[in-house]
Amino acid sequence: MYKIIKKEQLTPLIYSLEIEAPRIACSAKPGQFLIVRPSDNGERTPLTICDYDPQRGSVRIVVQIAGVSSNKICMAKEGDLLYDVAGPLGKPSDFMELPEKELRSCRYLFVAGGVGAAPVYPQAKYLFERGAYVDVIIGARNKDLIIMEDEMRKVCSNLYICTDDGSKGEKGVVTLLMERLCNNGDAGNSGGGKYDMCVAIGPMVMMKFAAITAKKLGLPITVSLNTLMVDGTGMCGACRVSVAGQTMFACVDGPEFNGYDVDFDEAMRRQTLYKKQEQQANAEAGLDFLNGRK
Amino acid sequence: MPERIDRVPVREQDPKVRATNFEEVCFGYDAQEAKREASRCLACKKPRCVEACPVSIKIPEFISAVHKGDFEAAYQIINIDSSLPAICGRVCPQETQCEGSCILGIKGQPVSIGKLERFVADNAMVNGSKASSIPAKNGKRVAVVGSGPAGLACAYDLAKLGYDVTIFESLHKAGGVLTYGIPEFRLPKNAVVEKEIQKLLDMGIKIETNVFVGRTVTIDYLLDKEGFAAVFVGTGAGLPLFLGIDGENLNGVFSANEYLTRSNLMQAFSNEADTPIFRAKKVCVVGGGNVAMDAARTALRLGAEVTVVYRRSEKELPARVEEVHHAKEEGIEFRLLANPVEILGDESGWVKGIKCIKMELGEPDSSGRRSPVPIQGSEFEIETDCVIVALGTKINRLIADTTPGLETDKTGRLLTNQTATSRAGVFAGGDVVTGAATVILAMGEGRKAAAAIHKYISG
Ligand SMILES: Cc1cc2nc3c(=O)[nH]c(=O)nc-3n(C[C@H](O)[C@H](O)[C@H](O)COP(=O)(O)OP(=O)(O)OC[C@H]3O[C@@H](n4cnc5c(N)ncnc54)[C@H](O)[C@@H]3O)c2cc1C
Ligand SMILES: Cc1cc2nc3c(=O)[nH]c(=O)nc-3n(C[C@H](O)[C@H](O)[C@H](O)COP(=O)(O)OP(=O)(O)OC[C@H]3O[C@@H](n4cnc5c(N)ncnc54)[C@H](O)[C@@H]3O)c2cc1C
Ligand code: SF4
Ligand code: FES
Repeated sequence: MYKIIKKEQLTPLIYSLEIEAPRIACSAKPGQFLIVRPSDNGERTPLTICDYDPQRGSVRIVVQIAGVSSNKICMAKEGDLLYDVAGPLGKPSDFMELPEKELRSCRYLFVAGGVGAAPVYPQAKYLFERGAYVDVIIGARNKDLIIMEDEMRKVCSNLYICTDDGSKGEKGVVTLLMERLCNNGDAGNSGGGKYDMCVAIGPMVMMKFAAITAKKLGLPITVSLNTLMVDGTGMCGACRVSVAGQTMFACVDGPEFNGYDVDFDEAMRRQTLYKKQEQQANAEAGLDFLNGRK
Repeated sequence: MPERIDRVPVREQDPKVRATNFEEVCFGYDAQEAKREASRCLACKKPRCVEACPVSIKIPEFISAVHKGDFEAAYQIINIDSSLPAICGRVCPQETQCEGSCILGIKGQPVSIGKLERFVADNAMVNGSKASSIPAKNGKRVAVVGSGPAGLACAYDLAKLGYDVTIFESLHKAGGVLTYGIPEFRLPKNAVVEKEIQKLLDMGIKIETNVFVGRTVTIDYLLDKEGFAAVFVGTGAGLPLFLGIDGENLNGVFSANEYLTRSNLMQAFSNEADTPIFRAKKVCVVGGGNVAMDAARTALRLGAEVTVVYRRSEKELPARVEEVHHAKEEGIEFRLLANPVEILGDESGWVKGIKCIKMELGEPDSSGRRSPVPIQGSEFEIETDCVIVALGTKINRLIADTTPGLETDKTGRLLTNQTATSRAGVFAGGDVVTGAATVILAMGEGRKAAAAIHKYISG
């Protein structure tokens, strides 16, 4: 059992939870995720490690209510126990292999969509603390869905915000900002607007278009795939994706892959496998309002 | 000379009824039936059954105790060589091991050794017979990685020798394949698997779930920082293989591991569970081993019409004979000598069929089985909305990749010499060494490793 030691509501549908998990806190690295099973009959739910603190022996997750399992996790209270928390799972981000000296001259552009700001955070933090140049774009449908703005500002060189409806930051989608930052630079962008690497994390369709845009710009891009998963340890293949024509398991070969190579259309189709059952489960749990959402 | 009687049949759930539930198929013998069946054993001087048993259980001795009605003695005799008799009695391929060699099998039916083993073990469980008393601790700690039959057996023997044992398991529940792979209707979880695991806990063995060794901690960390004097690796061969044909990532294609894990570990067959399982009208299972039979019979119980596609003939089916027999009784159709060449999808990417080619048997291959060869131009299609691939598994390289100096072969199997790996203090056994094999072999290797670890630590 794993105790929730701190809980915060970030938006009407997004919560931040700090969980006591000393073993994981000591071994977690940026890019990795957890499997959380909230209750006895609960699902094994994959969630990115948003922060970790070996001293406190805790890890932090940021969860958006998307259905029954994420709702169970978000409805748990401070002091409650989660049945199972396993991890860290998946490969750490590629840059973890680079020597710190090299990181100092690296220039990263992070693109976060909605709750994707949570997985971006530990990566930006790691790089920025080691002297890398880090720009972050956070995009969302409207201002109520923008999370972690203040924390993010502390771990990057420049933070850009855009919303579909213009209720906060620029009006428009993240790919527009990507293009502008790369082509023209930006007034506040002392780095000159050219990057060595882009990392995009968010809804599958956002990552698809971010990858198309990055390719057009000649910018290498890493994406983090939120496929369906069961065990998260390579045992079942539920998470398989086609990358450069090869079948890969997102939980052990990823979750991060070269964005140019991912078959996003297949990945999006595979995410809908249990749509009917999920919608029925939502209805039974009084979460009907989720069924209309994308 | 005992009077010659026929093999005592074992009572089973009616096929029509059991096809709609997940309860155990076989009821097992009662005491009278067991004694009667035991009376058939000739108590051979050179028992062929024992030679054919991978762990050399003293079969005629335990059967003779059953015959006399001393079931507790029978249990103690089995326990000398096997620590999981209630499980092995249910899942061992007896027809190729003990029963396959029984002298009575030459002219008639062999003694029903598996069913007798099961009876003895179940009887002991009901009567709370203690496998052994709790030994005094010797102050030395050993880590066991993986809680399948290899890890459980190793932990059990080490605890009996006084070691302080901790099992690390990556999933949220212990048992390995016994828990996530083999279905309830063949191996009950509460009544059998969990009881065996409870036996270990009662001896003071600790089980830490949710620890994925190689990620959560490394083997070196366990040895250097957590004070374990030795580590046993029994992590199995869990990575599913796929066919490598077109259409394999369509919606509706699953590995048997995924399908069975959802149903067994996550209990997705029950409405109480949050984890969904794909409900198909028609299911096509590819493969012919125990895993394929388990997937097929699970799909049947979830309401599907099921066809098994296998590329050789009935004789070569690697599954236990009893499982094939049960599957047929339950109404599963077999398309033998057929091999999938493509999985067909509709315009939105969901499975609508599977294209196969007919096969014929050619020369025997390296495994001694006659190898199937495709018959040109014999393609045909089976309509289905779900394909379950049960082609076998390979080994996760994580432990080898995160443990410097741990050697493997090309396929990732850990190289061992009498269960010792290339790293001092690190031992291994079960599927991670042999590749996918059997419960009894994994258990046997786990016990050998326990003896080797004891020798290593006590010098
Ligand atoms: C590596 C990884 C990291 C993730 N990190 C985060 C995170 O930091 N914060 C966060 O809020 N979400 C994250 N997710 C997504 C999160 O796991 C799903 O939103 C959650 O499992 C949905 O379950 P549900 O029962 O609440 O909703 P459901 O009703 O089951 O599903 C709602 C939607 O989520 C998708 N989904 C369902 N099950 C899964 C699953 N097991 N894995 C992924 N998607 C699923 C479905 O396609 C569906 O569109 C991550 C997913 C992965 C694979
Ligand atoms: C569906 C199915 C049906 C079968 N039917 C039969 C049968 O009827 N008869 C028979 O004799 N055999 C059968 N087998 C084969 C038999 O189950 C296996 O040979 C046996 O379980 C192997 O035991 P093991 O202990 O080596 O590994 P496993 O049982 O695979 O256990 C390994 C355990 O280690 C855990 N693990 C893996 N990696 C790590 C890690 N890095 N850190 C921590 N834990 C880890 C896994 O989660 C798992 O729990 C069947 C197999 C399957 C899949
Ligand atoms: S071979 Fe058959 S008859 Fe002989 S001891 Fe073994 S079980 Fe009994
Ligand atoms: S989630 Fe099962 S293999 Fe990746």
